Amino acid sequence: MSSTSTTNLPIAKAITAGLRDALRADDKVLLMGEDIGVLGGVFRVTDGLHAEFGPQRVVDTPLGEAGIVGTSVGLAVRGYRPVVEIQFDGFVFPAFNQITTQVAKMHNRTNGTVHMPIVIRIPHGGGIGAIEHHSESPEALFAHTAGLRILAPSNAQDAYWMTRQAIECEDPVIMFEPKKRYWVKGDVDPDRRPELSPWQAEIVRPGADATLLAWGPSMPLALESAEAATEDGIELEVIDARSLAPVDYPTIAASVRRTGRLLITHEAPVLGGLGGEIAARISEECFYHLEAPVMRVGGYHLPYPPARMENAYLPDLDRVLDGVDRLLEH
Amino acid sequence: MIQLLAADGTRTPHPELDEVLAGRGGDDDLASPQRLRGYYRDMVMIRAADLEATSLQRQGQLGLWASALGQEAAQIGAGHASREQDYLVPTYREHGIAWARGIEPWRLLESYRGVSHGGWDPNELRTHPYMIVLGSQAPHAVGYAMGLQRDGVVGTGDRETDTAVLALFGDGASSEGEVSESFTFSASFGAPVVFFTQNNQWAISVPTSVQSRVPLAQRSRGWGIPSVRVDGNDVLAVLAAVREALDAARAGEGPRFIEALTYRMAAHTTSDDASRYRPSSEEEEWAEKDPILRLRRHLEQLGEIDEAFIARCDEEAHDLAMALHHHIHGMEDPDPADMFTHAYAEPHPIVEAEREQYLEYVAQFEDDAEQTGERS
Ligand SMILES: Cc1ncc(C[n+]2csc(CCOP(=O)(O)OP(=O)(O)O)c2C)c(N)n1
Repeated sequence: MSSTSTTNLPIAKAITAGLRDALRADDKVLLMGEDIGVLGGVFRVTDGLHAEFGPQRVVDTPLGEAGIVGTSVGLAVRGYRPVVEIQFDGFVFPAFNQITTQVAKMHNRTNGTVHMPIVIRIPHGGGIGAIEHHSESPEALFAHTAGLRILAPSNAQDAYWMTRQAIECEDPVIMFEPKKRYWVKGDVDPDRRPELSPWQAEIVRPGADATLLAWGPSMPLALESAEAATEDGIELEVIDARSLAPVDYPTIAASVRRTGRLLITHEAPVLGGLGGEIAARISEECFYHLEAPVMRVGGYHLPYPPARMENAYLPDLDRVLDGVDRLLEH
Repeated sequence: MIQLLAADGTRTPHPELDEVLAGRGGDDDLASPQRLRGYYRDMVMIRAADLEATSLQRQGQLGLWASALGQEAAQIGAGHASREQDYLVPTYREHGIAWARGIEPWRLLESYRGVSHGGWDPNELRTHPYMIVLGSQAPHAVGYAMGLQRDGVVGTGDRETDTAVLALFGDGASSEGEVSESFTFSASFGAPVVFFTQNNQWAISVPTSVQSRVPLAQRSRGWGIPSVRVDGNDVLAVLAAVREALDAARAGEGPRFIEALTYRMAAHTTSDDASRYRPSSEEEEWAEKDPILRLRRHLEQLGEIDEAFIARCDEEAHDLAMALHHHIHGMEDPDPADMFTHAYAEPHPIVEAEREQYLEYVAQFEDDAEQTGERS
């Protein structure tokens, strides 16, 4: 059933719409971050919200990520629902202490009496030719920390709804936004809540020969790879993980039981990346269904390289297809 | 340095702060003989609880204890300077603050015993959980204060509802970046927060003089945050300075900073050996400035204390220590399955699955035990 309210929006604007609707729905919601007010954020994701909601609800903060996240903890104790923007993925680390020792643990520490409905929005991933610290994929560092939830939308509809759902969630949520795809358009229906929970993975392309798992900025590559693989007669089932904490293992495992093979691709370094955790768990759960070891295609164990080298660093079509070949050799 | 009671108990007049103590704006007289006796009793009580906790640690009942010995005046003064509605943000050594807020002492021992990470409801008791990661609580205090601004409970002139936050941290913690960021954020937004440092001279083995080239009280001035240094062993000076600063913050005048000069009479914690880095002459020198003794001398000079009152306080303190002792000895360990309960507020499939796994695992042993029991 199609809805009349569907609009075609770039991912960035879908998030803006999600933020706007959340600000309208609940006056405890407030946005904080560097340059998010009058400027509308370096990616313009908060564009127009300062004008509409004023400086008390769309707060231009001083430069200080620990301060931004740390004050959001106090606001949450006071009953607010702060949504903070970290300007770029590489700048979340000054707030790492607050996120991992405070935001993640306050609910547990207070025996459940205090909730931390904080959303931390982080532009995520590379491929935009940026300078150092503007292209990183630190999701595994946070996925490892109990108490946090992580969402990684890859399309406009998810970007809108995950923004809404993250803000409604009583737990802290980190939202990794695929920055290289901020301006890619897609249909958004703000009036119809999706049936899929934000914590579930989605099979975005069915296939019988192998499962290809990706998320966020890697989704277009995954779909492109599946398309290309058909030329060799290989049908890949493509899954968008969507939630990185918790990972939706039941959906992934069910797919792997059908296809017998799993390839995971992400931009983060393979060593210690989230793909490794997923591979280990799927190997445990699906051992007798696997025709091949779970394989990974990701970044190298290197600091993210200068922009002129990033194409060699990031997984691309050839590397993913090479991974598919290795997977099917078994 | 602001001092209202000299070490021998003599009262020094201070026109402004005396007015604060006398009850500016219709408050009760904070320095009435009855109040003074109350502070004395409070300090005696928490010292007794503190000493008992140290001995409970020695008996193996607590894993660790961080004693506040010697810091009673700073904590009782600051605690009573706050008003009912204020929000207090302590560290791990704020037993006098907790006492002043009505938090039962055994609750403080819970985290040192390892049965919880704190666990009280911060909003109900208007006191943040004890904080272990140094300085981390300072931005929380500022954020809470920003919430107060948005709730319209700052600067209205209503003494019953105008609210401020008291953020506590040590001299060592003030070196942490988050404290500096808290100065920045509170100054930028004019947030109603009073930062209160108990400069007890040492951050474990590193003295304050190594951590700061200027007196700590001067630090916040770079942010335009007014500050004072008070004698932290003088309960009246602390009370007056903190009340004055909190009132200003409540009135919408923005953040303040107070350094209370005091001394950690015990080791840093029960795991520390202070004799390795601290000369005993220093300890003796500070023993002369004992906060409880000082108030007692003052009350004696006023003729407002007698042997019977002192004996009654000591008896009550002894009873408190005994009660703590019995409470802790009788304290049951929590059910380990409870550790899965509050990791998340909303259902989480992985935590749920791991909890089930854990329960099944534990049940195996129970089954085994039952079978062995049947056989014997
Ligand atoms: C971030 C952090 N680093 C190190 C420690 C270990 N530690 C605990 S207390 C302490 C010294 C703190 O001194 P101060 O802030 O002066 O407070 P005091 O203990 O003297 O009351 C240290 C280094 C810690 N708890 N947190």
